[in-house]
Amino acid sequence: MAIAEIESSYEVAGGDFTNAGRASTAIKDTLKRLGVPPAVVRRVAIASYEAEMNLVMYAKRGTVTLAVNPGAVTLRIEDEGPGIGDLELAMQEGYSTATPEMREMGFGAGMGLPNIRKNADEFRIESDVGRGTRLFIRVNQAV
Amino acid sequence: MMTTAAEARQVSLADIRKVLEADLLCGSDLSVKVRQAEAADLMSDVLALSEPGMILLTGLVSNQVIRTAVVADLCGVVFVRGKKPGEEILRLAGEAGIPVMSTPLTMFEASGRLRDAFLNR
Repeated sequence: MAIAEIESSYEVAGGDFTNAGRASTAIKDTLKRLGVPPAVVRRVAIASYEAEMNLVMYAKRGTVTLAVNPGAVTLRIEDEGPGIGDLELAMQEGYSTATPEMREMGFGAGMGLPNIRKNADEFRIESDVGRGTRLFIRVNQAV
Repeated sequence: MMTTAAEARQVSLADIRKVLEADLLCGSDLSVKVRQAEAADLMSDVLALSEPGMILLTGLVSNQVIRTAVVADLCGVVFVRGKKPGEEILRLAGEAGIPVMSTPLTMFEASGRLRDAFLNR
């Protein structure tokens, strides 16, 4: 399969629950159009959507950047926000600092970050308290 | 969250509509075959545990239900307890090609009937 190297960025606004998920559905459309295998598209879309929801729920603003190469699809999610003080704790299933409003959206149960890691072949997270959080996600195209 | 048995029979969206006494709010092709269903209000659970092609029963009414269905490759959404999504949700579903129904049944009753439908038809 021939897939051109492409990169595109999506701005995401914190607190905008109406549009939360638009970037991820756009990313999914792009990957489908490029002929990326459906199982890979699904893993990227799920990881992207969880990350996008985290950004909307917790950060002021941020970007989701998609890059597609012949071997892999990568996502970089960078936000300006409160950051995460204890990354190890945040990665535990069920740990959450979500508000009732976030839970009413069907999110905020402490499943997001573990689910992103589950869908990624490579996952990195860095955070500075008071400044923001950066995620890097790679999903390999080869089965 | 509940998921029906993986080895269940396939039923069509039309069968599901009948079994759940549901109104069809969005979508037209009800011949699509469904192998599994899940019942959940927590979209993170759906994203973590669903399989492509599942149908989702939910009591949560928000844009995120449709976006979750799109992202997770679900074949349709049924809102329980007679909940009717607003225009914005139906517009999103229409654009994404996600069939949407509303059943007057509770999540428990709808899940039970669907389980029977998958296992006994």
